[in-house]
Amino acid sequence: MVAATGTPITSTEEPPNVPHKHRRGFLRGLTFLRNRKTVVGLAMLAFFVVLALVGDVIAPYDPSATSTVGLQSPNADHLLGTTSLGQDILSQILVGTRGVLWVAFLAGIVATVLSVVVGVTAGFLGGIGDEFLSLLSNIFLVIPALPLIIIVTGLLPSAGGVTIALIIAFTGWAWGSRVLRAQTLSLRKRDFVEAARANGESTWRIVFFEILPNLTAIIASGFIGTVIFAMLSEITLAFIGVTSISDWNWGTILFWAQSNQALAMGAWWWFVPAGLCIAAVGTALTLINFGIDEFVNPRLRTTGQNAKTLRAKRIRARVGFTPVYRGGTTTHDDVKENA
Amino acid sequence: MKYLLRRGAFYLITAWAAITLNFFIPRMLPGDPVRSLINRFQGRISVEATESLYVLFGLDEEKSLWRQYTDYWANLFAGDLGLSFAYFPTPVSDVIAQSLPWTLILVGISTILSFVLGTMIGIWVGWRRGTWADGLLPVANFFSAIPYFWIGLIAIAVFAVAWPIFPASGGFDGGLIPAADPEFIASAVYHGVLPALTIVISSMAGWILGMRNMMVTVSSEDYVTVAHAKGLPERKVMIGYAARNAILPNVSGFALALGFIVGGTLVTEMVFTYPGIGYMLFQAIGAKDYPLMQGFFLIITLSVLVANMLADIAYAVLDPRTRQEA
Amino acid sequence: MRPTNDDRPVLEIRDLSVAYGYDDDAVHALRHVNLTLHAGEVLGLAGESGCGKSTLAYAATRLLPPPGLITSGEVVFTSTRDNRKFDLLSADDRQLRRSRWTDTAIVFQGAMNSLNPVHRVGRQMTDVIAAHRPGPAALRTERAAELLDLVGIPPDRMRSYPHQLSGGMRQRVMIAMALALEPQIVIMDEPTTALDVVMQRQIVEQLMELRTRLGFSVIFITHDVSLLIELADRIAIMYAGQIVEDASAREVYRAPRHPYTADLLHSFPPLHGPRRTLGGIGGTPPDLVALPPGCSFEPRCRHAFDRCAREVPTLTPTAVGESESHRRVACFQHCREITNIPESLRRTV
Repeated sequence: MVAATGTPITSTEEPPNVPHKHRRGFLRGLTFLRNRKTVVGLAMLAFFVVLALVGDVIAPYDPSATSTVGLQSPNADHLLGTTSLGQDILSQILVGTRGVLWVAFLAGIVATVLSVVVGVTAGFLGGIGDEFLSLLSNIFLVIPALPLIIIVTGLLPSAGGVTIALIIAFTGWAWGSRVLRAQTLSLRKRDFVEAARANGESTWRIVFFEILPNLTAIIASGFIGTVIFAMLSEITLAFIGVTSISDWNWGTILFWAQSNQALAMGAWWWFVPAGLCIAAVGTALTLINFGIDEFVNPRLRTTGQNAKTLRAKRIRARVGFTPVYRGGTTTHDDVKENA
Repeated sequence: MKYLLRRGAFYLITAWAAITLNFFIPRMLPGDPVRSLINRFQGRISVEATESLYVLFGLDEEKSLWRQYTDYWANLFAGDLGLSFAYFPTPVSDVIAQSLPWTLILVGISTILSFVLGTMIGIWVGWRRGTWADGLLPVANFFSAIPYFWIGLIAIAVFAVAWPIFPASGGFDGGLIPAADPEFIASAVYHGVLPALTIVISSMAGWILGMRNMMVTVSSEDYVTVAHAKGLPERKVMIGYAARNAILPNVSGFALALGFIVGGTLVTEMVFTYPGIGYMLFQAIGAKDYPLMQGFFLIITLSVLVANMLADIAYAVLDPRTRQEA
Repeated sequence: MRPTNDDRPVLEIRDLSVAYGYDDDAVHALRHVNLTLHAGEVLGLAGESGCGKSTLAYAATRLLPPPGLITSGEVVFTSTRDNRKFDLLSADDRQLRRSRWTDTAIVFQGAMNSLNPVHRVGRQMTDVIAAHRPGPAALRTERAAELLDLVGIPPDRMRSYPHQLSGGMRQRVMIAMALALEPQIVIMDEPTTALDVVMQRQIVEQLMELRTRLGFSVIFITHDVSLLIELADRIAIMYAGQIVEDASAREVYRAPRHPYTADLLHSFPPLHGPRRTLGGIGGTPPDLVALPPGCSFEPRCRHAFDRCAREVPTLTPTAVGESESHRRVACFQHCREITNIPESLRRTV
């Protein structure tokens, strides 16, 4: 569950260089798309979005339908094998994709809206309002989310997808809000905001036309972080069986695998594919977030884009010892060092 | 000092908020499941125990909310968290007392280990940016995107089933009685290796990535260039100047990520049937043992708060700017 | 006031080129720069922001951060104390590390960020001594105290953290630190920009006094030409990654030869002497990614003629005056018949 923690740290501590003129935002957006990591991430995510849309149509079997074939390893009829009840695992994964992405994205959207409202308001208000809202988000940050989600869903008679998404959103908004507050605070003091204020523009106009456009990258990164968190939480909940075990998602598959001793029987096809799918979606999202991070924090970017050229020229860009490249050889002793 | 006092006040408020949340959650949700459970155990529960469960879940409609709230606090200070249904008639506090040490040791050791290892690897990868060390990043990225329990499943499949060198479940050998003798401790350590490994591997990736990014960011600070200009040995620049500063956000990140990590480790315990809080919580969910679930939520939150305080103290020690007297 | 300098070179920068970025769209921040620093000399580097003056200093010491890349040249250091002589650009890590701070020390631009925020000032001063002159710790502490005393900071400040010091104090700590190993060269990169005027004055005076006492060579980088005229022996004026004029401070002030130097002087009020009208420089510096084919100052130059747009001028002696053979200027006006040179560029010293 630590996925979301690595990246935002940089954004909170290091005031990112936010583009001053958002008119250039579109062009800079294209730069962002030139990042290879982002493109790979988006492509992987698109693949799963398509699966989520058409999964139940292309699934070869009814995922819940039992059959007499029993536990089978992958074969021509069942590409990913079957469960001990003879259910087709490929179909379960295909049908389950929608549930995973739907809950994760719904939770992500609700949590992001919450974090923007709380974070930007706190940062913009300052004073006692800021103190209170910051305290609120810090409390939500410290209280462990998963156990809280578990007791809430446990007490609810039946928790469907939307309920789960909302509960996750209400426990997972604090990270984004904290980062956004810090950024809003620093934006508030920038010249162009001061200028807008001096011009007598209304608070709402300043927030929507001066502040928010400059927060886009951070909001996007917070959104993706929350989607990862929501997906992992949701799958974990399904896996421990607190949510409805009859709705298919990847966590449900793992729940049945675990409760039917798939591990002891060595039925790897029962639990490996679902896990790899989770990892694939998670990796796709993290890759997109890396792209955003490098876009926001140029220090992380420098060599990323030039990696190929650097390798081709055998230059190692590093701090403290500027490489010398006289059109063929580098003179610093890094090559020796690595040998 | 002022910094620590401020943080201390924050933790008190948070603890109060968590306890109050714990008070309100069952009152905002339908109470029937608890009532029906109490009814099922009718006759076997003493009057006092029923009373404390009523306080816990707000089933006594005749009392005012404020009265319920004060009663709740009174019970809490008396250590009365109600009776567990799953382990009837053991009080919830006893179940917690039994399982907490297991979790504290397993999660404590493996979380610190993963933080230390991850930070060290992150320092190294960040420092050696642009070399083959960058190849570690996609791997860390992949691991940071997988739920803990799935790595646990794979660990069991590989190291307990396919190549059985570690036990697949439990916290100690079934034939032993928990005691502080060498045989039992050896067995506990042996059983703890696989779950600990799972936690370390799954949570380490986040530290590697966070620390690496901070190293890269800090490496372009002026004082690092100054350190290079001074001709200090590379290790000194890397550790004393770059890493020493890069670790600060990672330490405050540690405090904040703890909530996530604890969530993940609890599920890892479930996978390994490890006799700690996580597995007990899993049992409680299965048995719809609401008092136990509530008790666990409280104790988990309070433990995370304590861990956060420790991380804050560590931060204050590491960053002289927070210790400023003037 | 100025000690006499001899003609022995300590640092010779030859044909130094630097690019930011590794691809075709790299910024050519320095183009074939030649510059020599002599023993005991104060050499000023001046120019507008972004002209490459700091880049020159950091490239010559191999401290330029990524994506900086040195693409040609050599930087030869010759010790005035022993016969050591080596090219910094072909030195390996070990050699560089050993030379750093003992041969060349730097006072950086950002006084605020030059000190490690988590270590005490004393530790940051002693660690550099420990790295180069192993010996008992007590001696190091003693030396650090002595150095702080030299710049007028009470030695008990060694126990302070950087955030407990004022901006001026921090910069003085940096100066003290730079002198720790008695370097032969001290590079000062806008050492006073972050400070208020009174503090600037104090620190510059202190620096010059220390230099007279300890006799190191100085490369002083600033955009403030009038400050340089006061304290430098020689001034190199940079424009768009090249040196356009290299002459003694007095000569630069009294009789600038390059049109850019003349314009630059007119954008600062003189510290002494009669007042003159201030004027800015029209236009903006060129895009270093796509440079004009000719002289890079041509688009802004009031004296430009047809040749300037076609060819790049190199640093050559000027046609003005026999006595100016040591003076170099990169301008085609000075390759012409002396009578054709505009009046304003051929004043005598």
